[in-house]
Amino acid sequence: MLDRRLTLLALTAIATIILFMTINVRGNWQFAMELRLERLLSLLQVSVSVALSTLVFQTITANRILTPSIMGMDALYVLLQTALVFVLGGFGYAALNPVGKFTIEVVMMAGLACLLFLPLLRYSNALVLMLLGGIVIGVLFRSLSSLLSRLIDPNDFAIVQSVSYADFNTVNADLLLPCFVLTIIAAAICWRARHVLDVILLGKPTAIGLGVNWRGYSVVLLLLVGMLVAISTALAGPITFLGLLVVALGQRLAGTSKHSQTIITSILVAIILLVGGQTVLSHAFSNALPLGVLIEFIGGITFLFILFYRGQS
Amino acid sequence: MIKLTNVAVSLSGTPILSDISLELPSGGITALIGPNGAGKSTLISAMARLVPVTSGEIIVDGMNVANTASRTLAQRLSVMPQDNAVAGRLRVGELVQFGRFPHHQGRPTQADFEAVDEALSIFDLFEIKDKFVDTLSGGQRQRARAAMCFAQGTDYILLDEPLNNLDIFYARELMRTLRHVADTKQRSIIIVLHDLNHAAVHADRIIAMRDGKIIADDRPEKVMHPDVLQSVFGFQINVETIAGKPISLHFL
Repeated sequence: MLDRRLTLLALTAIATIILFMTINVRGNWQFAMELRLERLLSLLQVSVSVALSTLVFQTITANRILTPSIMGMDALYVLLQTALVFVLGGFGYAALNPVGKFTIEVVMMAGLACLLFLPLLRYSNALVLMLLGGIVIGVLFRSLSSLLSRLIDPNDFAIVQSVSYADFNTVNADLLLPCFVLTIIAAAICWRARHVLDVILLGKPTAIGLGVNWRGYSVVLLLLVGMLVAISTALAGPITFLGLLVVALGQRLAGTSKHSQTIITSILVAIILLVGGQTVLSHAFSNALPLGVLIEFIGGITFLFILFYRGQS
Repeated sequence: MIKLTNVAVSLSGTPILSDISLELPSGGITALIGPNGAGKSTLISAMARLVPVTSGEIIVDGMNVANTASRTLAQRLSVMPQDNAVAGRLRVGELVQFGRFPHHQGRPTQADFEAVDEALSIFDLFEIKDKFVDTLSGGQRQRARAAMCFAQGTDYILLDEPLNNLDIFYARELMRTLRHVADTKQRSIIIVLHDLNHAAVHADRIIAMRDGKIIADDRPEKVMHPDVLQSVFGFQINVETIAGKPISLHFL
């Protein structure tokens, strides 16, 4: 039953990828393939990193509502960018070596994720408190970004703006390779830890009772979440509800909480949603509707639905 | 044997336990009783390394809890924390299987499946093993959680208020099952109880606590005495012997 669902999901994902690559190709195939392959790789990495960061974060906090984005982590990434532009100016920012800059950002995001969320984990059984904390953190980062962007040159502001909105069309080619390597490493770590993640989902006291080094794992996993958020935000920009949407759907389709299943289903759902959505929007709607906006719309409704549904049960 | 020497625990600056020294040899059921805030749960949590001790030390079978690998301890001692909702969609059989995690780290062997089956049958869960945990009644869920601890196969089983929210039928069933486990499987059970009479009827030893200290520590016949209970709970509790067991009349 489950295997059939997985196969179906995998086939759908492959079909969307093939469609994405081949539909409406005119003129030089080699050129089109190269262009589309870059975009495809970028979308795939965003899919994997968003699905994994959300899944892992929800497991550490033992809930299904909070995601790194809702807790303000991509706002943190945007703040880092704005601060860089503020300090270095638009030219200084543009002159930075993109890979070097990205490396520092990944390290900072991973470190800050630990710094911010390790203390919050103490309240992980008080969902309302976590949610409130996350919203406050998110608002703080966004307000700081907007304060900084009011203080900078209007030309520099254009640069800030380009990193502050989700964009699936332009590819950040410099970062494709480093992101690819990091995504593979992160995925490998998650997959190796899949059984431990199952135990961590039982909650902190039970996990410790079952011999899991909870503190060690929560630090490593939060570092991983910070790194994955940096990857997806660097490649596509901040999308608040994408992670929530794909993990909720992935878990629903898996019908179990076992990470050996949910890791795969969540990633496949993300691929179908992003690659498929991008294909449909760019060919059927000739890019009139940005994918980011559509995902926020559906994801936001899902968020409300889960909140209300949980509130009733 | 679990040995506590001058153990003190503070939680966010507030002292909860002070100067607790205690020896718990293996075997039998030891009940912890006392009013709310006496430190019973904290004592269990400290023994199970869920909260760190502020001073003193806790030794389980010669291993200091503070610096022994969590996984090694998990093969000697299992703990059922106070009721926490199980997140995610899990079946009863899967939950009990988690008890084997310290032994197989995610790759169960035949021996693990056998241990799970034994736990399911002892705790009478076989018929509901494919049900989802979040659809169970309170009594069934507590039984499933206790079965997970049993499946862990440890000498010591620490249970923090397992009778919470159970009706009289399920409470009695669970206590009788634990008695059976202690008698036939030679497990040592340390259990926090609120109902004095469950402790009096089923335990071999009762430790009475108040304000983070041990007030009395003896066989049930000795602890279940009006003077002792007065000093623990602060009001007059009469005790009658019924069917050879001391029964407290704290409702009167």
